[in-house]
Amino acid sequence: MTTDELIIATCLRAGKIMVENGSEISRVDDTMIRIAQNAGVIQANTYVTITGVMMSISGRNATQIASVNKRTIDLEKVAQVNQLSRTFADQQIDLPTLYAQLGELDGASRSFPLWLQLVGAALVSGPLMIMFRHETINTWPTIIIGTLGYLVFYLLNRYLKIKFLSELVAALFIGFAAEWAYQVGWGTNINDIIIGALMPLVPGVPLTNAVRDILAGNFVSGPARAVEALISAAALGFGIAVVISIF
Amino acid sequence: MDTIGQLLLAYVAVLGFGLIINIPRRALNIAGWIGTLTWGFYLIVQVFDGGVVLGSFVGSVGIGVLSNVAAHYKKMPSIIFNIPSLVSFVPGSQAYQMVRNFALGKYVTAMGFTLQVVMITGAIALGFLIAELLNRLISFCILQWQRMKIE
Repeated sequence: MTTDELIIATCLRAGKIMVENGSEISRVDDTMIRIAQNAGVIQANTYVTITGVMMSISGRNATQIASVNKRTIDLEKVAQVNQLSRTFADQQIDLPTLYAQLGELDGASRSFPLWLQLVGAALVSGPLMIMFRHETINTWPTIIIGTLGYLVFYLLNRYLKIKFLSELVAALFIGFAAEWAYQVGWGTNINDIIIGALMPLVPGVPLTNAVRDILAGNFVSGPARAVEALISAAALGFGIAVVISIF
Repeated sequence: MDTIGQLLLAYVAVLGFGLIINIPRRALNIAGWIGTLTWGFYLIVQVFDGGVVLGSFVGSVGIGVLSNVAAHYKKMPSIIFNIPSLVSFVPGSQAYQMVRNFALGKYVTAMGFTLQVVMITGAIALGFLIAELLNRLISFCILQWQRMKIE
């Protein structure tokens, strides 16, 4: 590989990892340009959208595209790329090392284990139900149904790989479980249980990134993310609406 | 007592959402504190009868500014702090009531809740915008101050 090609490949790899794991676009742009500048390129051009990353160096022939096919949420990786870019800027590592380490980072899975994520879901659903509704009677049903709902979403998303379908099924599950808890007499208010149990599935990352992207002037990616958040919210809403219409 | 309980719950909820979206371990605590502080701002607005919309606005301005400070301090991207802290401000209750009333065919009530959801979301977005402005202003002031010190 020539130096130009290596610079472009490194920037693209960094950009691709960041977009895949839920970074906002302006940060991706910034990181890629920084890496290029620290590698000695005076003027680099990047074009970043949520489905693909492109980069060229002004005045040279090399231009490459990296497509982004899967998108997950793993902010640890975004922070890691940021960290690597900083160490490269401090000249602690050279370009081939950066390229290799980005490759390692891409392959490694650093997400929290499933049980810890389930604890997270429990911590989100119960406390938010109490905060929103100012009552504590339904805390336990909410925590358990919220955790199981997140488990359903996680497993389906892992094997089906269709996020919106997994959300719909998880919402259906939460609705039926809440109705069951109410019928059995375990919970006293079905609305509160559903509100709390749905909170771990809220599309927080696409929503926040949509706002930030639009404010930064990225009118391709911002609205696209807003649509993603809207479809997620609609999937959750449909699931609950079905349950409410049945009972 | 009730207030302390609410603040504690806000911390716990932010921590939980941080675990779900997998933010770095050393950012969890600070994100939790930002969530607690901004929920405190929200509660203060509620004491003065400010309403949910104004409360969310003040909260999201707080989140935007504090996340930026934390991002500089920890040298991490600021979204790591502001996405989890925002979870307590999501209009989940209103959004649920909207869906429920649409499903039950009570369209007038449903439209009321829809407007609430739109206004709260808008307030949060506007809060981020103002926070961005404040962040620029703060970094500008720091830059000027450093320049004055050097001269």
